[in-house]
Amino acid sequence: MYVAVKGGERAIDNAHAWLAEERRGDVAVPEMSVAQIREQLALAVNRVMAEGSLYDPDLAALAIKQARGDLIEAIFLIRAYRTTLPRFGASRPLDTASMACDRRVSATFKDAPGGQVLGPTFDYTHRLLDFKLMADGDTPNAPQGAARHEATPHITQFLNAEGLIQQEPASDATPRDLTRQPMQLPADRALRLQALARADEGFLLSLAYSTQRGFGRTHAFVGELRIGAVTVEMDIPELGFAIDLGEVTLTECETVNQFTGSKTEPPQFTRGYGLVLGQTERKAISMSLVDRALRWAELGEDNIGAPAQDEEFVLMHCDNIQATGFLEHIKLPHYVDFQSELELIRKLRAAVTAGQEAAE
Amino acid sequence: MNDQHYNFAYLDEQTKRMIRRAILKGLAIPGYQVPFASREMPMPYGWGTGGVQVTAACLTPDDRLKVIDQGADDTTNAVSIRKFFQRTAGVAVTTATPEASVIQTRHRIPEVALTEGQILVYQVPIPEPLRFLEPRETETRRMHALEDYGLMHVKLYEDIARHGAIATSYAYPVKVEGRYVMDPSPIPKFDNPKLAGCAAIQLFGAGREQRIYALPPYTKAVSLDFDDFPFEPTKAAGACAICGSDTSYLDEVIVDDAGGRMFVCSDTDYCASRAEGQP
Amino acid sequence: MSAGPLFRVEGLSKRYGARIGCADVSFDLWPGEVMGIVGESGSGKTTLLNCMAGHLAPDAGRVLFDMKDRGMVDTVTMPEPERRRLVRTDWAFVHQHARDGLRMGVSAGGNVGERLMAVGARHYGDIRAAAVDWLGRVEIAADRVDDRPRAFSGGMQQRLQIARNLVTGPRLVFMDEPTGGLDVSVQARLLDLLRGLVREMGLSAIVVTHDLAVVRLLADRLMVMKDGRVVETGLTDQVLDDPQHGYTQLLVSSVLQV
Repeated sequence: MYVAVKGGERAIDNAHAWLAEERRGDVAVPEMSVAQIREQLALAVNRVMAEGSLYDPDLAALAIKQARGDLIEAIFLIRAYRTTLPRFGASRPLDTASMACDRRVSATFKDAPGGQVLGPTFDYTHRLLDFKLMADGDTPNAPQGAARHEATPHITQFLNAEGLIQQEPASDATPRDLTRQPMQLPADRALRLQALARADEGFLLSLAYSTQRGFGRTHAFVGELRIGAVTVEMDIPELGFAIDLGEVTLTECETVNQFTGSKTEPPQFTRGYGLVLGQTERKAISMSLVDRALRWAELGEDNIGAPAQDEEFVLMHCDNIQATGFLEHIKLPHYVDFQSELELIRKLRAAVTAGQEAAE
Repeated sequence: MNDQHYNFAYLDEQTKRMIRRAILKGLAIPGYQVPFASREMPMPYGWGTGGVQVTAACLTPDDRLKVIDQGADDTTNAVSIRKFFQRTAGVAVTTATPEASVIQTRHRIPEVALTEGQILVYQVPIPEPLRFLEPRETETRRMHALEDYGLMHVKLYEDIARHGAIATSYAYPVKVEGRYVMDPSPIPKFDNPKLAGCAAIQLFGAGREQRIYALPPYTKAVSLDFDDFPFEPTKAAGACAICGSDTSYLDEVIVDDAGGRMFVCSDTDYCASRAEGQP
Repeated sequence: MSAGPLFRVEGLSKRYGARIGCADVSFDLWPGEVMGIVGESGSGKTTLLNCMAGHLAPDAGRVLFDMKDRGMVDTVTMPEPERRRLVRTDWAFVHQHARDGLRMGVSAGGNVGERLMAVGARHYGDIRAAAVDWLGRVEIAADRVDDRPRAFSGGMQQRLQIARNLVTGPRLVFMDEPTGGLDVSVQARLLDLLRGLVREMGLSAIVVTHDLAVVRLLADRLMVMKDGRVVETGLTDQVLDDPQHGYTQLLVSSVLQV
C-alpha cells in the first residue's frame, strides 16, 4: 500500500547534514575564517549589518560564512539573532558632524570646509579584472595624510544659513520603533526612514533609479556623501552623564532637491536623507532619493502615481526578510488547497461539458 | 530538554505579554484583526511565524502540543515547528488530536471535534479577506470599520456570472457574529463549518502582516453566499484507501505513470486511529 | 414625505490656500426638483458639487439632507458610517467620466448589483434580474449583462453608470457634466434618457455643467457661478431667456453664437 510522505523528520536531518557538507566545500581547500570574511569581504559584512540592523562585524561575518555567501540568508540570521537581544537603553542621537570621515564628497560645491576626500572608493577604478589577486600578492601601502581633528560641517548647513534649503522641524519626541510596534500607515518620516535604513539595497536602488527616469522625479543633487566613524554615547541615569559605548561606521547622504515655493513663500531647496550602518554608499544614496520622493505630500507636490511616491507600496515591500520568506513559502506543501481547487475545476468543467452535450 | 540560551518557548516574557494582550483583544472582538508588533523569528516569514508566536505566547510547561501541516503531523514544516518547541519549551508533544491542549495548524482543521480547553492556532499568510479586491491596507481597514462589504459579494456575484458557481475553494471568507468578515486562513472550504460553534478557542496569527485575530468558543461564523447559491463544503468524491472513511477530507495521490490515483485522509491522526480500530 | 425641502445648503465655502473654491453658497432643493449649476471651468461649480456630495470637506457651512424620520441632518458633521450608508442608498453620484464611477474589471451586472448587495441583497437571481431590468431601462441589451464595461462605447458606459446609481432608488442624484466627453448625437440620446428617468422616478437632482443645452432640457432652476460665487439664480427659462447679470448674459450669448 502506498503511504503518503512519511519520514519528514529524517529528511530534514539528512538535508541539514548535506547542507553543512556543501557549505564547507572541497576540504582540500583551506577553510575560510570569520576574521578573513570580516576583513576581506567587508562590504558584504556591511550590507549584512545594515539590513540585519545589528552593528557587529564578527557576527555578520559568521552569518555570511554560515549562509554560504547568500547575503539575504545572512541578514535573516542576524535579524533572528537580534530579535532575542535584550534592550538596555537607547543611545543619544548620533552627531554625524563629528564623524571621522574616511570619505566625504559633495557634488554641489567644488570645495568646502573639510574638503573633498575621495577615500577608499571604486569610483575611478577601471573595472578590469586584476589577475594579480589570483596569486596571493602583497598589497602596496597607501600613502598617509594628516588626520583631521576638528568636526566636518555639513554642506547643507551652508545652504541653511542663507535660508536656501528647507529647515526640518526639530523634535525631542521619541520616534515610533519599527521593531517594537506594528507598522501603521500613514507613517511619519522618522518611521519611513527606519524602514528604508534596513530595506533591501536592490529594491531601493531600483526605486531610486526609477525616480531619476521620471517616475517621481525629484532633481536630486548629492549635497554631501560622507562615510566614517561616529562615537555612540549613552546617558547613564545612575551616573548623571553620558559615556562612550564605542564607534560605528556610517554612511550618510544628504541630497539637495528641487525647490518649492509659491507667490507668498520664497522658493527653497528641499532635502532627502539617507543614513545606513557601515560603508554602504549605493544604499545610502538610494535611500535619500526614495525618502525625498515619498515626501511629495508634505511638500505640496503632485502624486503622479510613481511607485517611489507610494508610501504603502514602498514600506510594505522593502523588507527583504519579509519578502523572501513569503515568496519562498509557496514551495511548502499546499496540496490541501490544491485538492480543493482540483475538485472545483472538475465540477465547473463538468457543468460546462454537460451544457455543451445538451446543446448538441 | 529546554535550550537554556533562550527563554521558555523562545520569546521573552515582555513580548509574550504583548502578544497575549493582542490575543485577548482579538477574543473580545471576534474576527477583528488586531495589529501586533510581530517579532523576527528563526524561521522565515510565510512559514508560520505568526502561528509560532501565538503558540509561544499560549504555551505553559504543562501543555501538550500537536503541530500539523496539510492535516498531517509528519510533513516537513510541521516537524520543524514541533522540534522548535520541543527544543525551546521542552513541552510534551503528541499526534493524537484529543490529547493535545494546543494544536498549531496550517491549512486544516482536524476531523474530530475539538473540545473545551483546547486551543487551535492557525498560521495565516494573508489575514485580510478583502486584500485581493483592494490592495491597500489603509483602505481595507476603513472598509472593515464601516462594515463596507458590498465588494465582497460583488466578487461572489462575478464568480457565479462567469462559472455558474462560487469559485472560491479555500480561504473562503466568513462573517463573524454578524459583524467582521474574516479570512479563515487557507483551509479548504470543507473545513469552514467546523469554524462555527467550535468548543475550542481558535487563534489566528499572521507574522509578516503583523495581525492576530480570534474566534472565542461557540462563535458564529457564516460562510458568505447567496440565498439561491448556498455555500457548499466540498471534498473529493471517494473514500480513503487506508481507513475507508468517506466523510473526511481526502488528498489525491498519483500512484503510477499512467496517472492512476487514489485518495487518502489528509488528517493522518484521524486516519491512523480509524485504521487501528479496524479488525 | 415631509413638506419641507429635501436638501439645503447653508453658507458653504471652500478655499484652496489663498484661492477661493466656492464662497458662501446657500440654496434649497425641493423634492422632485432639478437644480442646474452652470459656469465656466474654474467658476467653482465642481468644488461646490464635491463639497455637497461629501467628496471634499468644506471649510464652512452646512449641507442638510432630509433623513425622513429625523428631519434635516447636517451631512458634513454626520458620522462617517452614516454618510457612507447615505451615499449608497439615498444618494447617487454620476461622474463625468464613466470609468470614475464604474468598476471596469467587473461585469455590467456586477456593477449594477453592487449597490443592492451593499445594502444586503443576498439572492443572486433577484440581483441579476434587477440588473437586467435596469440595463433595459438605460437601453442596454440584456445579453450584455456579463460583459465588462471596457467592451462598451462611451455612451453605453455612461448609461451603465446611471443604471448602477439609480438601482437603489435614490432620492437625490448629483451629476457632474453627465454628457461631457460624448459625441453630440450620443449626448442627445443620453439627455433624453435622463429626462425620462428623472420625471418617471420623481428624482431630485443637482446637475453641474458648462453646457446650457443640458440644463435647458433637465433643470427646473438654475444657479450661475463665477469666481466661486453665485451671481444669479432663477427658473431655468427665466435665466436663459432674460439673463440679468452681465456674466450670465455673456454665457448665454456665447452659446447662441455657436
